[in-house]
Amino acid sequence: MNGPAAPEIALVGCPNSGKTSLFNALTGSRQKVANYAGVTVERKEGSFLTPAGRPVKILDLPGTYSLRGRSPDEIVTRDVVLGRLVGEEIPDAVVCVADATNLRLVLRLVMELKAVGRPMVLALNMMDVVARQGGRIDVSRLAKELGIPVVETVAVKRGGTADLLAAIDRLPLLEDPPTEHGWREPTADEIRAAHAEATRILHVCAFHPGNEHLTRRLDAVLLHPVAGVIVLLAVLFLMFQAVFTWATPAMDLITAAIETAGAAVGGALPDGLLRSLVVDGIFAGVGAVLVFLPQIVILFFFIILLEDFGYMARAAFLMDRLMAGTGLHGRAFIPLLSSFACAIPGIMAARVIENRRDRIATILVAPLMTCSARLPVYTLIVAAFVPDRPVLGGFGLQGLVMFGLFAAGILSALAVAFVVKKLVWREAPEPFIMELPDYKMPAPANVALGLWIRAGAFLARAGTVILALMILVWFLSSFPTPPEGAIGPAIDFSIAGRIGHFLAPLFEPIGFNWQIVVALIPGMAAREVAVGVLATVYALSATGDEIGQALQPILAAQWTLPTALSFLVWYVFAPQCLSTLAVVRRETNSRLWPAIMFAYMFALAYAASFATYRIAGALLS
Amino acid sequence: MIPARQSAFTSATPAPVTRLGRCARGWVGWMTGLAPTDDLTIPWAEMERRLLEMGFVEGAKVEILHEGPFGRDPLAVRVDDITVALRRREADVVLVAEG
Repeated sequence: MNGPAAPEIALVGCPNSGKTSLFNALTGSRQKVANYAGVTVERKEGSFLTPAGRPVKILDLPGTYSLRGRSPDEIVTRDVVLGRLVGEEIPDAVVCVADATNLRLVLRLVMELKAVGRPMVLALNMMDVVARQGGRIDVSRLAKELGIPVVETVAVKRGGTADLLAAIDRLPLLEDPPTEHGWREPTADEIRAAHAEATRILHVCAFHPGNEHLTRRLDAVLLHPVAGVIVLLAVLFLMFQAVFTWATPAMDLITAAIETAGAAVGGALPDGLLRSLVVDGIFAGVGAVLVFLPQIVILFFFIILLEDFGYMARAAFLMDRLMAGTGLHGRAFIPLLSSFACAIPGIMAARVIENRRDRIATILVAPLMTCSARLPVYTLIVAAFVPDRPVLGGFGLQGLVMFGLFAAGILSALAVAFVVKKLVWREAPEPFIMELPDYKMPAPANVALGLWIRAGAFLARAGTVILALMILVWFLSSFPTPPEGAIGPAIDFSIAGRIGHFLAPLFEPIGFNWQIVVALIPGMAAREVAVGVLATVYALSATGDEIGQALQPILAAQWTLPTALSFLVWYVFAPQCLSTLAVVRRETNSRLWPAIMFAYMFALAYAASFATYRIAGALLS
Repeated sequence: MIPARQSAFTSATPAPVTRLGRCARGWVGWMTGLAPTDDLTIPWAEMERRLLEMGFVEGAKVEILHEGPFGRDPLAVRVDDITVALRRREADVVLVAEG
């Protein structure tokens, strides 16, 4: 298309207004997700054709109740609408989305948007729900009262956006942008006056009984002080079961597929460096990350479903008091929980937290939650060093140690959050004022599209940043190659091996021998890789599941108990996963936060391992 | 001295004004105003506008639907036709009268 640039429309609305489902309905999968330049806010742009055949770009702006901009997300909305954000054109028109069942607060937002003076349409979404509940809205009267076009939409129904598309065609798009806008921050009394006006308009234009009764009946259970907590725990239990058990077949399939593909490609290549790079570097390395895709998809399936249903706000309500003790927001609960599967989806899920500092504090502590990649390491060391005998009425000592490792992760996460929020930032708690939206049935197409976009974002990352890191780790572990006739593991001659020997004195005070230090380096690619590397440095030729079993007696013979305990404690805290740091880099849009995360976790790991090694040594001598 | 007028006044409008943060589950009334407390964590002008934007305006019908399971905090409050969750600390700013 060679005509003038496609006009750009900004999609604005209150939180929970169905804005994203309308965006999905308009654009389908023609979406681009990125960050706004310089801020941690997700930028979602899509495109579509109007009935008149005009290509239009549309920007899904963060939900807000006002243009005053209280959080980084809301500031983006304000600045884009006002044409103030660097790198963004002022939109040619604004589409304001309203949940037709809940008009009161959005009418005030409409008045603020009108003051900006751009061409504008109000889309009354979920009109089908209003009708089903026996309500009605006088759309033409509402348009007259507000002085802007008003259309009905049903985002979740095919063709439900026809009226909106027609209205967009009627807008005077591509006019010269105004040099001035008429918006300024409303005072408290102006907000009161706008509310009074909204109430008057609602009175003459709209009647709907609302599905308050259904929401009330559900909340009577879901927000009940006892039943509500039980349901929350049950939901979480189901989520974990799903993440760990449903994902297993898919994960096995991916592992097998990658091994087969790696072997096939490797077989076609001559033995040598290129084959090693492809098989040991790319296939093994990226495969180790890709294998988490099923867990991420399942986790986000639950998160999107619960969010769309309206339950996420309830979970935040139930857990807020407990989280508040550490200075975190109630909404931090789900991201932290997700991090038990893997810190990467957990950190991605932190996007539901609006306040930037709350979000960063949550991201910083998320990797302390015991992720599934630590399990192979814990299992190996615990089996080798902790005697399998019952203690405390039937509990196995090994299980107890495992539990202790999980508990250490959780407690340290809460403690670090407390230090960051209360001692470093010394900030007064952000007010917790959050709408509890009426429950809504999630639309399958919407959930599917959300999953598709999340999975795509993860795969794109695995294909770029993570791939590059894996190749780097492979390079360090493979070069230079051992000389002819050399004895001992090849890695010992490589840069990683030399770094290991070089760093060994640094780790000597916490009881690590050079073999451990060497294993830690490829372990940066993915924590569980350390198990395989330990096998390599102890010159084992076993593969797959045999590694653990064969390695166990060797470690038991070669390591002292204080060393083993120190190693376990190291794994609780250490910043052992480059993929996590890469995701933090992307999600915070800064190099500072991953650097801080690495530094504090390293310091914590070193201090804790040092204490463990010394105390265990003193007790056992 | 105003005792006579006071009693005449209170007998006409018997509902005393309290802070929403001190009320329990099931409490029903209406909003009479917003007034700062001693432990505000953000400037008053900002706090006032945030609450106004969520529908806490004078005359709004208010009902406490739920209390959080731990320490009976936060509150889930029905304000006219929407439900808002807020901590007692914030609810203390909201002045309400029973009825």
